[in-house]
Amino acid sequence: MASETNFDLIVVGGGPGGYVAAIRAAQLKMKVALVEREHLGGICLNWGCIPTKALLRAAELRHSIDEMKEFGITISGEVSIDLPAVVKRSRNVASRLSTGVAHLLKKNKVTVFDDLATLGKSVSGRREVKLASGGVLSAKNVILATGARARALPGIEADGKTILTYREAMVPETMPKSLVIIGSGAIGSEFASFYLDMGVEVTLIEAMDRILPVEDAEISDFVQKAFTKRGMKIITGARLAGLDKVSGGVTARFEGDLAPVTADRAILAVGITGNTEKLGLDGTKIKVDRGHIVTDQWGATGEPGVYAIGDVTGPPWLAHKASHEGIICVEKMAGEKDVHAIGEGAVPGCTYCRPQVASVGMTESAAKEAGYDIRVGRFPMLANGKAIALGDDQGLIKTIFDKKTGELLGAHMVGPEVTELIQGYAVARTLEATEAELMQTIFPHPTLSEAMHESVLDAYGRAIHF
Amino acid sequence: MAIDILMPALSPTMETGTLASWNLAVGDAVRSGDVIAEIETDKATMEVEAVDDGILAVILVEAGAENVAVGTPIARLAEDGEAVEDVASAPAAAAAPAPAPVPAAAVEAPPAGAAPSASVAPAQAPAKAPATAAPRLFASPLARRIAGDNNVDLAALAGSGPHGRILRRDVEAAMASPSTVAVAAAPVATASAPASPGASSLEPNSQMRKIIAQRLQESKANAPHFYLTVDCEIDTLLAARKVMNDQSPDDVKISVNDLVIRAAAMALVKVPKANASWEGDNTRYFHHADIAMAVAVDGGLVTPVIWAAEQKGLADIAATSRDLATRARDGTLAPEEFAGGSFTISNLGMFGIREFAAVINPPQGAILAVGAGEQRPVVRDGELAVATVMTVTLSADHRVVDGAVGAEWLQAFKGYIEAPVTMLL
Repeated sequence: MASETNFDLIVVGGGPGGYVAAIRAAQLKMKVALVEREHLGGICLNWGCIPTKALLRAAELRHSIDEMKEFGITISGEVSIDLPAVVKRSRNVASRLSTGVAHLLKKNKVTVFDDLATLGKSVSGRREVKLASGGVLSAKNVILATGARARALPGIEADGKTILTYREAMVPETMPKSLVIIGSGAIGSEFASFYLDMGVEVTLIEAMDRILPVEDAEISDFVQKAFTKRGMKIITGARLAGLDKVSGGVTARFEGDLAPVTADRAILAVGITGNTEKLGLDGTKIKVDRGHIVTDQWGATGEPGVYAIGDVTGPPWLAHKASHEGIICVEKMAGEKDVHAIGEGAVPGCTYCRPQVASVGMTESAAKEAGYDIRVGRFPMLANGKAIALGDDQGLIKTIFDKKTGELLGAHMVGPEVTELIQGYAVARTLEATEAELMQTIFPHPTLSEAMHESVLDAYGRAIHF
Repeated sequence: MAIDILMPALSPTMETGTLASWNLAVGDAVRSGDVIAEIETDKATMEVEAVDDGILAVILVEAGAENVAVGTPIARLAEDGEAVEDVASAPAAAAAPAPAPVPAAAVEAPPAGAAPSASVAPAQAPAKAPATAAPRLFASPLARRIAGDNNVDLAALAGSGPHGRILRRDVEAAMASPSTVAVAAAPVATASAPASPGASSLEPNSQMRKIIAQRLQESKANAPHFYLTVDCEIDTLLAARKVMNDQSPDDVKISVNDLVIRAAAMALVKVPKANASWEGDNTRYFHHADIAMAVAVDGGLVTPVIWAAEQKGLADIAATSRDLATRARDGTLAPEEFAGGSFTISNLGMFGIREFAAVINPPQGAILAVGAGEQRPVVRDGELAVATVMTVTLSADHRVVDGAVGAEWLQAFKGYIEAPVTMLL
């Protein structure tokens, strides 16, 4: 390929951080190359956010069939799940979006290399990037957006058959009868919810004292009760001592007196680690700390002209954080005005289990630890008209305000479609709204969002419907 | 058409500024948002951004020019397609040779005689309204609330948010730097909502305000003030006060201020030259220490007088001063109770003021400004020690009180305060 090798910017990695950074840079008149080793769209689009949502939608539909009778709809005949078709649809969704990313990059005149990149030397202010296929590119600036992968536990090998990571868990050929999931963060909880709805016996293991440990304790408790009610087995405070393959399955052993758990398969969901290896970082001033590249708030590494964004730079490992970091990194590079670093507690988090969980800002305990005198509002979905009409009235919206200034310190939601609602509170926080503006905002009726309004009112003892 | 760049108002109170530097030269292309010049006010140096696109055709006010009135054309841009030379040489009404200091709003007004026809009027009206109104102040609700709670003037801040929006961090930064705080700390008639830049309202001046203004202006204009400051250690005085109050009936409590009044009265007896008033051909010497005390009241202050304070005991002074202060705040003083006096005491110690200099209450010859008694390090015999110290400043009218007399008076005052038993004589 006799294509161009000199660029203003080379982006390594085509996930939600990398491709968004590349497009933004092209908008700012940079000449951009993007190197992707596998699929445009990265893990998020191909093996994460998007295909899991397609799977969860299937599980949700399966679940709603059980509720049809309550709505006066009778389905005669047997309900069955064609698992290969469910998985195939999920893959089709992913590939459609990946093709879409390719079109977007083309439209923005980003040169894409299907290749593996290594950082090369700096030659008179320009940085070289070596391609595995032999070529050498160079650019004024390089952004490393290589993402992350499932963290392995010492002594445990995920073979992809009985011990799975998210990648195999997403494309099951058959449904196991029983499943043990190690780790109850967003990934673990989503798979737990999916497999449970698909009729699998699920045991969810968490080392901390509650599931979804980064969420507000009340929300964790709510989800744990909802999972348990649906028949999931949850073991918290369980530190894994080993995962042993036994005939026809796998046994999880724990430290202390906890009884071991045996199941057909296990999913490891114990966090992720940055893809920093084989990038050519050795001998550079780029610092790697516990598997992640260290950067400042604009993505700058210790090496001039080399930036890093997204999962490879550390938690929270979220696509929308990576995209936003990509944008501000490029804008800063281009000398744009009005570029603002991501503020404390500005990244919302969403977990798409059933019930859904969404949050932004501080939890109640974090706010107290930070020394705030707080007001807390709570509103249950069972007092929300729309939720009742939907037949999905299990949920809670919790808001936390600084008593002194009225600042919305945090919002924590569990229940129907809360992942679609959290942006309202995120906007409020970005605009530095106080309780007064939230109270003065008219929330439309009948919507689930009314519960957001009521939660704010409740924080000031003014909730109308509860 | 050529576009005039006018001297901007960088704060609502700015009337003139110094054009510190030009960042561009004639012939440079200008894009909206470019920093074209830097302007200095008494508060800060700020950047001026271009509002329009064009080519810098001519610089009308050179770098370094001082006292450039807000609204004065400082440069002119040629728009796309215009010849720079034409624009530079073309006489523009706005660039008249000696631009009078015109308020910004007046510049925006339509030229006289341009009577709008019926057809253009509707188009003009909405466009003009935002131009003449004060610009909107962009600040987050949280920033507004924190500013309101802490008396921070938002209009004086530069925002760090998108498009210069003032955020919480800007207000907190301002609170951390003392110079910008407390602009609004003085009693303001209409407080609450932080005003947008340039916004203001007219309040008729009360009779009291007019009198305060007239008398204090007269004082500063006519009486050559000079100031003497001294530190008084008051630990002994505080201990004595405690003993007195422990012994006295409940309804009579002697305050530090009562002791200050007593000490000042005694000092005026000891140094009678300081108890005087300038009357042109004559100097009036007062026979008594008629001590006026400044009392803050809603909308101003009054100075009720403790007549012949040197003849009153502390209990009497305490009762009288409390009665006068209470009735001053209630507005029930008789006119003769707050007219006259030979000497005034103004005490802002209760506000934590360390020291200040007061304006003489005419036609008196001096006023004593009393700060807060606070623990401070003092050196005694070469050793560091802690003492409660109260700083007082005497403002004296040099026409009747010379420096040495003022110093002598302060020495006497300090003597009574530091050895309070002597003022009981």
